[in-house]
Amino acid sequence: MIDAKEIEHLAELARIEVGKEETVALAKDIEAILGYVTLVQKVAGGTEVPDGHTEHTPVNVMREDVNPHESGIYTDALLSLAPERDGQYVKVKKIL
Amino acid sequence: MIDLKNLTVKKAHTAFIKNEYSALDLSEAYLKNIEAKNKELNVYLEVFDDVREQAKEADKKIKAGKAEMLTGIPLAIKDNILIQGRRVGAASKILDGYVAPYDATAIKKLKDAGAVFLGRTNMDEFAMGGSTENSAYGVTKNPNDTSRVSGGSSGGSAAAVAADMALAALGSDTGGSVRQPASFCGVVGFKPTYGTVSRSGLIAFGSSLDCIGPITKTVEDAEIVFDCIRGEDSLDSTSVELPKTNSKHPTKELKIGVPRGFVEADGIDSEVLKNFNESLEGLKKTGAKIVDVDVPSLQYALACYYIIAPAEASANLARFDGVKYGPRLSGENGIGDYFKTRALFGPEVRRRIILGTYVLSAGYYDAYYGKALAARSAICADFARSFEKVDIIAVPTSPTHAWKIGEKSDPLSVYLADIFTVTANIVGIPAISVPSGKTKSGLPLGLQLIAPVGYDQKLFDVCKSIF
Repeated sequence: MIDAKEIEHLAELARIEVGKEETVALAKDIEAILGYVTLVQKVAGGTEVPDGHTEHTPVNVMREDVNPHESGIYTDALLSLAPERDGQYVKVKKIL
Repeated sequence: MIDLKNLTVKKAHTAFIKNEYSALDLSEAYLKNIEAKNKELNVYLEVFDDVREQAKEADKKIKAGKAEMLTGIPLAIKDNILIQGRRVGAASKILDGYVAPYDATAIKKLKDAGAVFLGRTNMDEFAMGGSTENSAYGVTKNPNDTSRVSGGSSGGSAAAVAADMALAALGSDTGGSVRQPASFCGVVGFKPTYGTVSRSGLIAFGSSLDCIGPITKTVEDAEIVFDCIRGEDSLDSTSVELPKTNSKHPTKELKIGVPRGFVEADGIDSEVLKNFNESLEGLKKTGAKIVDVDVPSLQYALACYYIIAPAEASANLARFDGVKYGPRLSGENGIGDYFKTRALFGPEVRRRIILGTYVLSAGYYDAYYGKALAARSAICADFARSFEKVDIIAVPTSPTHAWKIGEKSDPLSVYLADIFTVTANIVGIPAISVPSGKTKSGLPLGLQLIAPVGYDQKLFDVCKSIF
């Protein structure tokens, strides 16, 4: 059973501000959705990776850690997207 | 006057080559339609201000005899695919003002081919939804009936093609977001084999499910766009090169499997079922053999999807924190900034992040996410077994036609409408939705054909020989 208190906790974990009214509505929605998706618990088997790795099973393709691009060529383009910037830094509020 | 209604990519290409009209003329014709219709339909979030310049560049290429099939073809691009230097926002307030710093690989390929980008199209926020009602910028109305939704999440792209506001479009498909709006709007939507089109530059939702796919008027057009954007890409670590398949599959030897029990379960609209059975009769007449297939694990598909997709979304969307990009709303302290900024997510996105956080939390991981992965394996295995017996599996694209705007307020009821489309994403296989007729009241319906991994070409060949 999901209640408003649990939603508040989850919202805190997810770093999302939700209003009081919304927590109640969310609790009702999430409860209904979980009630449906609980169906998967009837499936046999656990969380282990299945056998039968076929040729088409997606795999992560890694590249060699070589030939980096020239340092700094993308810095300005990316930093210019930050809401607040201080020179070559992204600026945030004081943490410590 | 260019006859946009009956225009295809190939026809436009031929007209350019023969100098019947220019790429600029064609873009002007679409801009005129957009001008006339966009206010009512809300298809485009932005029409680019340099369309004519792009078209002139394409005309230069055509004049120089260097025209490729997509040179000068006016396209609509879903608002979650990056085009360098242009606004992109996944129809979310949290990306308000964001300008793409690079091109998506699919976009780069289209640029190289000389395609013209008309604008960015409306969608459900972060591609979460099936109606565009979750867009932060209002719903896209269905061109066939403006009291109804265009489907989603790529509703803007599908409506653009259906209303002749673009010749073709790109959408993205995580659980049916290309195929379902295509069926609601009466056009073709294709979801490729997972990994065949690079995800680089597609704003992430569920990374193990996301695919970019074309929305077009004809199957041939879908094939042309797909052939341009596909290919292995070092910028997407799960990208694959499509294996070459023998593409000549005459329908007289074609075996089409129908999971009867699944299709006829509760919730399917009677007109949809009737139309589906008529489509199967039509397929039989072309020589295809229709057989029943039993795919028992299909009953878990939707539940599996609505655990895996929110789980992946909750992780993917953690990056929107008001630090690196997008707006920042100021809180009492650093962490307060996160809470305030992330409240910019719309209600459906918040719901899914919280659901994803729940199913991934320590106490519930095994019961939900773990079991969903087990279900995914079972569904994959069932499909592999079915494809030993049949070449293609047919199901309706959606259990209903386009619904009325505002009709579905309960999130679970919207999720249930994805019942026939999520499976192709769970398994990673290609699927296409083709128009299969209309309801009595004139609303389009779609037939969905699904093939094994890597058999994308077969879907095109079969559809072209039938439709």
